Amino acid sequence: MEWADDIYAAFKDAGINQVAYVPDAGHKRLINACIADNDIQTVSLTTEEEGVAVSAGAWLGGDKCVLLMQSSGVGNCINMLSLTETCRFPFVTFVTMRGQWHEFNPWQMPMGTTTKLALETAGLLVDEVDDPNDVGPRAAAALHKAFVGAQSTALLLGQRLVPVKTFGK
Amino acid sequence: MMSERAEQFPLHRRDVAKTLLQARDDMLIVTGLGSTNWDFTAAGDQPRIFPLWGAMGGAVPIGLGLALAQPHKRVMVATGDGEMLMGIGALATVAVNAPKNLAICVFDNERYGETGMQTTHTASVTDLALTAKGLGIQDADTITDETSLKAHLDTITGADGPIFRVIKVRAEKLDFVLPSKDGVHLKNRFRANLLGEGAL
Repeated sequence: MEWADDIYAAFKDAGINQVAYVPDAGHKRLINACIADNDIQTVSLTTEEEGVAVSAGAWLGGDKCVLLMQSSGVGNCINMLSLTETCRFPFVTFVTMRGQWHEFNPWQMPMGTTTKLALETAGLLVDEVDDPNDVGPRAAAALHKAFVGAQSTALLLGQRLVPVKTFGK
Repeated sequence: MMSERAEQFPLHRRDVAKTLLQARDDMLIVTGLGSTNWDFTAAGDQPRIFPLWGAMGGAVPIGLGLALAQPHKRVMVATGDGEMLMGIGALATVAVNAPKNLAICVFDNERYGETGMQTTHTASVTDLALTAKGLGIQDADTITDETSLKAHLDTITGADGPIFRVIKVRAEKLDFVLPSKDGVHLKNRFRANLLGEGAL
């Protein structure tokens, strides 16, 4: 899970000052690093779509925000992403994947297997990574794409990067 | 069911918008889909207002992100009861972050104005101020007439937030007064006004 530290370092390099998230096991280390950072305001959400809107508000006010979520949350965001697309807000989300690698829970499959398609259909540029050594460079590239290149983008963090969840089975 | 009562509410939404806009001239304002957009455009369209033509349920969390980014500016979200209900969980998110500079005003006509004035849940059983309190925004109240609007004005425009006010407004069909639909333009004019031309 050291790759989370590489994403955090990329946040600092890019000047990220707001991080909106829905609590997630895969993002736990990164979320805790952001919470511990006095220069980053963390916003714990009740649903992922709020984070799309928080990101837009942050940009209106001159801040740079990222959204952290799990693949199951992507479906919650689709209509709110019309805000990002219509107003061409820079937007970046880091998505921990379920439904890919040793998935225990069949309820995670519908969103997990269609995350990339759903995000691309909503207009985002999507990159994927499952090599822990490549997470840092791809995170930096995603942030650059959003805040320098003025795009909306997602980096999907493959399920192989996170510990296998079994619920004891 | 009390679905007819809103047709008798004394406050008119266009007057309320004008009163709020004139109460403090440096507030950053997010208006929700859809009638609050037309109310504030009628009251005086300007760059510091960001109107939403979509993203229903997004007005409050946009206001939150903006309030966190600009802690020394007053931020007001003005939205309708239908838009608020669609993103009601965002009030809990606001409560937890407790931005002192954020006020939320819900223009509650107990109707979905853009779809044919069908009743929302506030027409019968739902109390939004009570909901906001339950979700953690302690300073939440309901305004029903001109006198109470005047009495709450200083709180809305200046008191430590988060502030949540339901403003019961008459269910009435009014002429459209439309802001620009160009989201890129709306975003850029807001940022240029707040952050300078260099922000574009």
